[in-house]
Amino acid sequence: MDIVLMFRFEIILAALILAIFIMSLRGFDTNVKCFLNTMNVLLLLNFIAGWLPLSEGSYFSDFFRTNGLIVLQKNIINLGLLLISLTSYAWLEQSKYRLEFYLLMLSSIFGVYVMLSSGHILMLYLGLEMSTIPIAAMSNFNLKEQRSSEAGIKLILSSAFSTGIMLFGISLLYGAVGNLSFASVIANLHPNVLTLFAFAFILAGFAFKMSIVPFHLWTADVYEGSPIAVTNFLSVISKGSVIFVFLTVLYSLFGGLKEAWLLGISIVSILSMTVGNLFALRQQNAKRFLAFSSIAQVGFVLVGITAASTIGSASVVYFVLIYLLSNIAAFGVISAVADSTGSESLQSFKGLYKSNPFYALIMAVALFSLAGVPPIAGFFGKLFLLTAGMKSGLYVLLGFAGVNLVLSLYNYLRVVKYMFIDDNEAHLAPLNRNRQLTTALYICLIGLIAIGFVTPIYQYIDSLCRF
Amino acid sequence: MDILSLLLVFPVITALGILVAKKDKVVRWTALSGSIVQLFLAIGITAYYVSLRNAGETGQMLLESSYEWFAPLQIYFSAAVDGISLVMILMTAMVVVAGILVSWKIGKQVKEFFFLILLLSLSAYGFFISTNLFVMFFFLELAVIPKYLLIGVWGSGRKDYSAMKLALMLMFGSALVFIGILGLFYFTGAQTWDFQEIAKMHIPIETQRILYVLLFTGFGVFTAMFPFHTWAPDGHSSAPTAASMFLAGISMKLGGYGCLRVATYLLPDAAQELSWIFIITASIAIIYGAFATMMQKDLKYMNAYSSVSHCGFVILGIAMLTKAAVTGAVMQMVSHGIMTALFFASIGMIYDRAHTRQADELGGMLKQMPFIGSAFIISGLCSLGLPGFSGFVSEMTVFVGSWERTGVFYRVATILACASIVVTAVYILRAVGFAIWGTVTNKEYLKFKDATWSERSAAVLLTLGILIIGLAPFLFIHLIDADTTSIVSRFIAVVGK
Repeated sequence: MDIVLMFRFEIILAALILAIFIMSLRGFDTNVKCFLNTMNVLLLLNFIAGWLPLSEGSYFSDFFRTNGLIVLQKNIINLGLLLISLTSYAWLEQSKYRLEFYLLMLSSIFGVYVMLSSGHILMLYLGLEMSTIPIAAMSNFNLKEQRSSEAGIKLILSSAFSTGIMLFGISLLYGAVGNLSFASVIANLHPNVLTLFAFAFILAGFAFKMSIVPFHLWTADVYEGSPIAVTNFLSVISKGSVIFVFLTVLYSLFGGLKEAWLLGISIVSILSMTVGNLFALRQQNAKRFLAFSSIAQVGFVLVGITAASTIGSASVVYFVLIYLLSNIAAFGVISAVADSTGSESLQSFKGLYKSNPFYALIMAVALFSLAGVPPIAGFFGKLFLLTAGMKSGLYVLLGFAGVNLVLSLYNYLRVVKYMFIDDNEAHLAPLNRNRQLTTALYICLIGLIAIGFVTPIYQYIDSLCRF
Repeated sequence: MDILSLLLVFPVITALGILVAKKDKVVRWTALSGSIVQLFLAIGITAYYVSLRNAGETGQMLLESSYEWFAPLQIYFSAAVDGISLVMILMTAMVVVAGILVSWKIGKQVKEFFFLILLLSLSAYGFFISTNLFVMFFFLELAVIPKYLLIGVWGSGRKDYSAMKLALMLMFGSALVFIGILGLFYFTGAQTWDFQEIAKMHIPIETQRILYVLLFTGFGVFTAMFPFHTWAPDGHSSAPTAASMFLAGISMKLGGYGCLRVATYLLPDAAQELSWIFIITASIAIIYGAFATMMQKDLKYMNAYSSVSHCGFVILGIAMLTKAAVTGAVMQMVSHGIMTALFFASIGMIYDRAHTRQADELGGMLKQMPFIGSAFIISGLCSLGLPGFSGFVSEMTVFVGSWERTGVFYRVATILACASIVVTAVYILRAVGFAIWGTVTNKEYLKFKDATWSERSAAVLLTLGILIIGLAPFLFIHLIDADTTSIVSRFIAVVGK
């Protein structure tokens, strides 16, 4: 029984994937609405099941492990999954390949679970690949659009390249340590040239997945080319889960090299924040804009990661939760606007508040959250990251973070200005609203306002992160 | 529920009420009644505070309360007040009531307007009562978005540019402040955000130097300290009347309060060593602001630049570190808050009718609209420091306090600051002469009606404030006396008085 409880995320997900197969065999997916609603209900149940009580432990000679923090991370991912499924309802309704979409998305999530629970570097690598490859197929979903195929190819090539680099790093690590289980790496890792090189290559691999500068070049193109639902998935689930794993890798696996990685992480953090914000300044495409904004956000996450202690990991997990809600809300609104105007340009947001106050308010809350403006949760998320970063006393890093707070505020206020201040010559008609999207947006809204004030949330995360 | 939290609860309830209300009329009355209740609450709390003090309470800050917020990070919602925060709260409550009355006739997106105004006032109340630096910072930041939207949506002129400039410069200031308070959190050995706790720590002088400059500059941006004053003229002149009143009357005082309460009070050694930097910037701001005002034709720009000059007195008083100077700085904050609100209100009333703010295009306003004209003259006279009004008392106190510092440097700064009064008289009298006296030049102006009931009540309320401070400054000084003493006692060694 214990083993079932411990593997319940994976078991439920496998059952879901199987159920999709059965549905397709029975021709269940011909009734579009019924199929999509059933999926949403199933994902809701999946999310609820994640909160069942659970013991800690590890299986298969430590290849698989689980604890409170990992369960919470999986729950956050599940929440994102549910919200993305809800926000992409309108798009899936018209798409021919909705079944495949769910199949690929759930397979990717399966990889994420494996990656989060891994206790061995091979397992970690396996999970990482499993979560990436389905996304490449997903980003190719607008089959008639060349940009979409381009996005798919770019994603698969860059991810293959980064995997190669990471594998090289892993082999160097194996050479240095002689065993790839987390426990023995932690025990036997000593700072020397070989392990430093191993760390550098593994960092580069992760940097690709998290789109950290200078490994970010694929991000904007892939985000722009993919369907909005997939972009959403990429920016939230795929990025969030790699950040979670990166925490473990840095703090426990390479904890012995802290002196070395502090410098490296600080440099890429400064680069990511600055480059992301500077490139976002002049973007007119909403998806490219959010791509660069997400690069900058990861830079802020890295500021928090430098703390290498409870506050570091708690603030990162807390921030990812907030970032997930903000980005999903923003992409939800973008998809609604893009659906009715047919344009993904930020210009089409002009005068949105007059025609569609609901969407404009949600978008504003999401953007304020990303910018870190109170009383929205992003303020706390971002400032806790900075608080964590100050712990290591890296003044230069903090200085750059301060400058970037200003830069990013400009970026987000630009969109707010379009929505609230500017007039639109071509008046936007009230956009379509479906119940699913509205529900998802309300959940995001409530979350973004409440997370800062419902104190037990942070305390819970903090209690899980004490090690 | 303790009594100080009520100061936050009422604006929140009022704001929610506004969101629920359907008719514009209901929105206006909800906002007005909420803010009037708030004003009486503020007066009540002050009376209670005075009675506690008279009963022999000697704590540094009274009415303390604390709630858990982010306990693992030592963030508690802690509130307490002393005389200085109380006078700021009273001033805020007055300006809010007046601001709402003045915006009575706003026609565009009424609900949103009053909601943002209340959010803005909430941030000021929260800032003045919190004793936890993180919470203080939260409230400081809370004002950024309402300011941006108020200017951007309801403003006039180059509103996009001004709103963005203001938001970004204030964000820059907040970033400095935040890094500064993080420094206080980690490097003072205190591991707490509570400033009363930090005040007890012995902070190494090297740390103090860095943090003092960071914090004073950061808060200084909010006070439009030279050379970070450029947001103020653009922002004030583009903003709608009520927002200008709030910006100049309240928001700039958040910065001054922070300079005093956080930068100077917590880091006394660095303040003694490095306050000369800010004496220089303040002197420049005073002189430069005054001369820049002389060159303006637009009444709002005029008042905005004169605010830069007047807030220079606040910085000067704080940086001089003597008891009289600090007292004067606090008085100047309150006095300028009320006076400038009245000034902007009367300019707004004129603009609403004439649709121009160019001093030379106006004329004969007193004849046509005696009430508005008089309000303008009263605020002008207060601004130039005529005895009987609050401006005289507070500026005089700053000068006396500054003169107590001996040494050529301090004397020169004081003399420069005093000299600016002459310039002030020039521009104020010129503005009054052009716009208010004289005959009506434009036939259109003959149709103007005098102030409405709401405008009248706003002006009367603010004038009362000016007169109370101007005629009975002892009430005011009595209220803040113990607190300025305790702040200044930290510098006694160097300053000598």
